[in-house]
Amino acid sequence: MAGARELPPDEVLVRRLRDGDEETFALVLDTWSGGMLRLAMSFVSTKASAEEAVQDTWLAVIRGIGDFEGRSSLKTWVYRILVRTAKTRGSKESRTVPFASLQPEEEGPTVDAARFRPPGERYPGHWAVGQEPRPWPEDYVLRGEVRELIAEALDELPPRLRAVVTLRDVAGYGSEEVCSMLEISPGNQRVLLHRARAFLRRKLEHYLSGVHDVAVGGDERGLR
Amino acid sequence: MDCVDFVELVTEFLEGALPEADERRFIEHLAECSGCENYLDQFRRTIATTGELTPDNISSDARQQLLSAFKDWKRQ
Ligand SMILES: [Zn+2]
Repeated sequence: MAGARELPPDEVLVRRLRDGDEETFALVLDTWSGGMLRLAMSFVSTKASAEEAVQDTWLAVIRGIGDFEGRSSLKTWVYRILVRTAKTRGSKESRTVPFASLQPEEEGPTVDAARFRPPGERYPGHWAVGQEPRPWPEDYVLRGEVRELIAEALDELPPRLRAVVTLRDVAGYGSEEVCSMLEISPGNQRVLLHRARAFLRRKLEHYLSGVHDVAVGGDERGLR
Repeated sequence: MDCVDFVELVTEFLEGALPEADERRFIEHLAECSGCENYLDQFRRTIATTGELTPDNISSDARQQLLSAFKDWKRQ
């Protein structure tokens, strides 16, 4: 999980920030801004606007650090300000993202129905012959490329799915924190998370099967 | 439990949110079905890879502005 690895504990961070320690400010700024930028993209329409939301958030953090009460972690507090700021910007850009309920396009299967045996066949609902997921190569080939693929796929996700998977799987938040930041129920959070992860998995599967064909040139061993 | 149901329950399983009876049926299916075993493994690896992303960062201009905003605030 990217992020808080090298930061001192919150009490230390907060004390230093309040004392105006520039090094500490630069440290949190550099550690968190990337994740914040990606999250802000869920609520606004352009990267420039997302960057402004991140800047406004940090300005609010500077002004407000004296009032931080430590009821949540510092990072959660910062992220909450970000979500509020980005949502406000987004609605001005008339890009409102209703988080409370599920959208119609967020229901339905996450794996193409054609991959399962239809009713009437033997073992209906099981993987159709030749359609079962196959093991991915152990070393996963070219990890840098795989990461890039995931980063691109994240940008393709609808905003709500992107927000949830960014908070959970990129930033490493727990489900409770995410529910409270986005004001969604645990059940909806899981649905959004599952759909987002299933989408990313499909992208990887597609990519890895392509690479495999090229790399192995039709040798079927290794496939099962 | 069929594969078609299994693939929709993976996140709930990983979150520990499945009711006990469903979790038992999920695990039973997992033990018998290599396609779904692979599916679950791929799901886990997808999550792990997503966790390795190094996010984009804000521009160096924005960074400089924020650093000087912090400096100004400290002087007040
Ligand atoms: Zn199965």
